[in-house]
Amino acid sequence: MLKKLFKWGLKKSLWVYHAGASACNNCDIEILDLLTPRHDIERFGIVLVGSPRHADVLLVTGVANRQVAPRLKRLYEQVPQPKLVIAVGSCACSAHLFRDSYNYVSPIDEIIPVDIYLPGCPPKPEAMIDAVVKALGKIQ
Amino acid sequence: MSVIEQIKTRFGGKAAVQERSPRRVYLTVQKQDVTALGEFLFRELGGRFSTASGVDTRPGVEVLYHFAFDRDNLVVSVRTLAEKPELELPSLTPAVPAAEWVEREIHEMFGVNFAGHPNLATLLLPDDWPDGVYPLRKKTFESEQELTAREN
Amino acid sequence: MDKKETLIPIGPYHPLLEEPEFFKFYVEGEKVVDAEVRIGYNHRGIEKLSEAKTFDQATFTVERICGICSTSHPFAYVRAVEDISGIAVPERAEYIRTIIGDLERIHSHLLWVGLAGHFLGYNTVFMWAWKYREPVLDIFEAISGNRNHYGMFKVGGVRRDINDIAGLLKAIDDVESFCNMLLKAVIDDPVIKARLKNVGVLKKEDAIAMGVVGPVARASGLAIDVRKDHPYAAYDRVKFETIVMEGGDIFNKTAIRLLECVESAKIIRQCLKQMRPGPIDAAVREVGAGEGIGQHEAPRGEVIHYVKANGSNYPERHKIRAPSFMNVPSFKRTVIGESLADAALITAAVDPCYCCTERMAAVEPETGRVILTGQELVRLSQEKTEQMKVKLRG
Repeated sequence: MLKKLFKWGLKKSLWVYHAGASACNNCDIEILDLLTPRHDIERFGIVLVGSPRHADVLLVTGVANRQVAPRLKRLYEQVPQPKLVIAVGSCACSAHLFRDSYNYVSPIDEIIPVDIYLPGCPPKPEAMIDAVVKALGKIQ
Repeated sequence: MSVIEQIKTRFGGKAAVQERSPRRVYLTVQKQDVTALGEFLFRELGGRFSTASGVDTRPGVEVLYHFAFDRDNLVVSVRTLAEKPELELPSLTPAVPAAEWVEREIHEMFGVNFAGHPNLATLLLPDDWPDGVYPLRKKTFESEQELTAREN
Repeated sequence: MDKKETLIPIGPYHPLLEEPEFFKFYVEGEKVVDAEVRIGYNHRGIEKLSEAKTFDQATFTVERICGICSTSHPFAYVRAVEDISGIAVPERAEYIRTIIGDLERIHSHLLWVGLAGHFLGYNTVFMWAWKYREPVLDIFEAISGNRNHYGMFKVGGVRRDINDIAGLLKAIDDVESFCNMLLKAVIDDPVIKARLKNVGVLKKEDAIAMGVVGPVARASGLAIDVRKDHPYAAYDRVKFETIVMEGGDIFNKTAIRLLECVESAKIIRQCLKQMRPGPIDAAVREVGAGEGIGQHEAPRGEVIHYVKANGSNYPERHKIRAPSFMNVPSFKRTVIGESLADAALITAAVDPCYCCTERMAAVEPETGRVILTGQELVRLSQEKTEQMKVKLRG
């Protein structure tokens, strides 16, 4: 019963926290771009929030380097249940060309569980909206 | 008098001047003369300190300080060598404040010790990076093995 | 640390910067008395990675240093490689490089103005600037096929030609009129003026000592611009002004960035008109041995790449210096003595796009003495604007 209520609540308005893990800013800017008049995701009730404690969805961008990986894990733990994780961009999905770097530890999905992979360098804003919609489908 | 001529008159005996093109000049000096030359370029000739770069070579780490002369369309690079194994160089930061961060970076990446630098704390590498592993040195195979060994 | 001082950490989560940082402010009441920076949250070891790539592959590696200046690094890099053995670039390729470089300046400056507006509590400016940035990204998409990371550069030329000159000229006209409109709206606003004038002043002597570059240097009265001082690509064949101001405060930095957008539009228009048909690639077979330095005036200032080649297909050493590396340390000289409500804005003015509240929230304080998060700092800044609005009206 309670679970159903949670799901219903989650479906209506997703609150998103954006965690950049040593990204090149590109995916991050495209995420911000979603807020602005051209795409305006707020009309779907999707809001970018300032604290992981308020979020339903964690958007992760970039390869987690040694400095960031433990912090990313802590960030994930702060997000309340039920939660979804979307790996945005090629770096978050597969580490891209940074997999040979000395400062690279492990793929994002070995640090935290990832629900949806969204490749692209960077993915288009439309693709990001699609990913969030697919995330909604996953809740049901 | 052009910038190159001024350098030649002042540091003629100490600096080997190599003019690769009218826009790129490389000076090679002994490490004890770096500070004086850097100060001369920055304070008296009005060069803008652009950056410094290190290259790991067989005898030691070669450090290049790049100064841009914006009015003359010229980049002057001062080359010097920090010999192995001490890898010690006098710091340029007291004379040229802009060199602070880049010297910190070279210290981290190559292990060059800059004598007289105000703060050589970690800037780029993670907090838990092991001591004595310098990522931009050429012998990375050993240092990588060392790194994995320490982690296990 | 004195008892009266309070420590406020900001960051490290705000990846809009080229080099995300962790700022610590020490405050006494409202006043900032000291500041520290720790970077490295974005360190991916690109210099080392580049040494394992061929000269052609490294172009795309350096493109991924930054999403905002994704042309600046390849631009400086290919110039460094061409400097090694004096490779000549075809004329048309030089024009195309100039167009791409200056389109990027427009989009980057608009991005910064938008985020600065958000910081001030002027979300209208944020939405506007980003709305008018979209057409620029559309132009990029039309030319290169991608909104960011254009992949246009290669050693010896460019990878794609520009064909639709008439369509681009029209698009540039539209972009220029937006920029002019935004310029008037922002510069003439009394609240923005009151909020930004004489805040975070970087004195000329400090600017010289810290070696700052780009709009930050030009706002402090240093007339340096790589495009003018070390002419390259087609910049010596077009007419444009270098905007220099004396004040050194945030207002000047904002004005310079907006005025530069208009200048960039002029540059692009001239290039499109002067361009003649011809090859766009010199088909370089070998780089040779030696060392080369490449500079480029990125939106944030001079990018400089140093490449050492030993005759093989791989760079022996590739040193990259982004403009923020020189600009960020200077913030310590501007932020001390200012009030906390201005601190967020000052750090933002040093380097574009230090904004976006979500990314400034402290992830986990490294000392336990957190009083404010970055988000609250922005709120503080926005509240100050509100108070000023009331004051100016009354």
